Amino acid sequence: MSGGGAWRWLREHAVQIIGVLVVLYMLIPIVVIFAFSFNDPAGRYNFTWVGFTLDHWSNAFGIPELNEALLTSLKLAVLATLISTVIGTLMAMALVRYEFFGRRAANFLIVIPMATPEVVMGSALLSFFLILGTFSLGFQTLLIAHVMFCISFVVVVVRSRLIGFDRNLEEAAKDLGASPFTTFRLVTLPLIMPGIFGAAMLAFALSIDDFVISNFNSGTTVTFPLYIFGAAQRGIPVEVNVIAMILFFFTCAAMGFATWQQRRAEKMTSVRPEQEVGVGAGVPAGAPAAT
Amino acid sequence: MRRRVVPYFLLGPGAAWLLLFFVVPLYYLAELSLNGGVFGSYEFDWHWANYSDALSLYDTQFIRSFVYAGLATLFALLLAYPLAYTIAFKAGRWRNLFLFAVVAPFFTTYLIRTLAWETILSDQSPVVSVLDTLGLAPEGHVLATGGAVIAGLTYNFLPFMVLPIYASLERIDVRLIEAGKDLYASASQTFFRVTLPLSAPGVVAGTLLTFIPASGDYVNAQFLGSASNQMIGNVIQSLYLKQSDYPAAAALSFVLMAAILILVLIYIRFAGSESLMGEEAV
Repeated sequence: MSGGGAWRWLREHAVQIIGVLVVLYMLIPIVVIFAFSFNDPAGRYNFTWVGFTLDHWSNAFGIPELNEALLTSLKLAVLATLISTVIGTLMAMALVRYEFFGRRAANFLIVIPMATPEVVMGSALLSFFLILGTFSLGFQTLLIAHVMFCISFVVVVVRSRLIGFDRNLEEAAKDLGASPFTTFRLVTLPLIMPGIFGAAMLAFALSIDDFVISNFNSGTTVTFPLYIFGAAQRGIPVEVNVIAMILFFFTCAAMGFATWQQRRAEKMTSVRPEQEVGVGAGVPAGAPAAT
Repeated sequence: MRRRVVPYFLLGPGAAWLLLFFVVPLYYLAELSLNGGVFGSYEFDWHWANYSDALSLYDTQFIRSFVYAGLATLFALLLAYPLAYTIAFKAGRWRNLFLFAVVAPFFTTYLIRTLAWETILSDQSPVVSVLDTLGLAPEGHVLATGGAVIAGLTYNFLPFMVLPIYASLERIDVRLIEAGKDLYASASQTFFRVTLPLSAPGVVAGTLLTFIPASGDYVNAQFLGSASNQMIGNVIQSLYLKQSDYPAAAALSFVLMAAILILVLIYIRFAGSESLMGEEAV
């Protein structure tokens, strides 16, 4: 009977235990990538642990082709993020704020790229570029493709922020004599900024990580993922792991910053008189249910 | 009057981009799929044989793609639901840390993550020897088997399953679950009659977001599988980029898209469409 308590504890916490195990499982590859960035492989293949070295961290940017690929990826991701975030935010504004003819079609146009496998989008775009012949495959076709698949995600993220938006704040600005543009700049934009920032981060992550669509439309241009794919046949240099981890830590820092921004924005919106107590809104979430 | 044109101005650039670089290319893909002739002189002549050839030559890869993607989706659901439930109801102040851990894999490149699994599942790896003693790794190796490809797909698309399920669980009014308990439902009854149905939209969205990319994927089969685990994505990639057989590759892409569309429509009919489109139509 002595094991009964432990058994009961396990049974009661089964879901949490599985949850924690799944989280650990999700982190395994990151740990492996990190560990193998300190590996000192005997041959060209970085698959078995040989010994610890810091050489590859001190030589992180010592492979010219890799640097060039990384630089291309960064440039591409920054440009694709800027373009897709601006036009995606405008689209989200139109879809949330206005009732107009063609709204359903526009919604459909935004959803369908997210429901299309990348290999289909990649081959369709390549067919288009090949038959049309006006675009030479390379950086510009990559940029076109990356903006295309980022737009939908930007719209979805910004839209969710706009839906929860309190229109009274804009009304107040207008009542105080602000022009529509001033209202947008001083009230709307700061409030939806966390959404836009989140959307931009997502677009950046999607772009810098994209392999399949780039594989089809890159011509001879090499991005970071394409470099890895090419190198995989002949053995991937350990520096790839180092750069992957640098990107990882950089993104983590950006995430931290975004969360901090969001908290600030939430504080901004909460500094206003208590909203009227409406039906359903007045009951705190933790209130005990009536019996 | 001015208000009428404003939405079109806002919508314009993005809609134009999507029309020009998503919809129009699909038209070109369709045209290319009906081209006949040999490389260098492909010509449009309603060459429907591309489709029948595509289906008869690569039917095994098609079926394999959907079986692998289906199994990966099922495994991802089984792993994701307890995790999403933990984050939504049990994590407390750890919630943000858990959410961070779910998206963290996205911060390392997709290809490198998959290559990391190649390391983990390689024959010398301790994981494989454990699986071997458990009798789960026939002949002592996992890599270059269908199991490895399915495992890779499950892993890579897991966050797409966790996040929508978490979002729908998080939105559930806790009072409904408490009401179930107050009315003397057991924990499992409450779960199956209240929590699970209320989280159905998240499950539907998650399974689609996992299944669609998984069925078109070729990275996992390339790195974790062998020649006999090739999926339809591998065939399209190789026909297009290595053998320059554009019409055949285009026909296969179209069949893949159509097959996914049909499967998704059937699935949504069973699962209820309001859960998916209802959100979009807000």
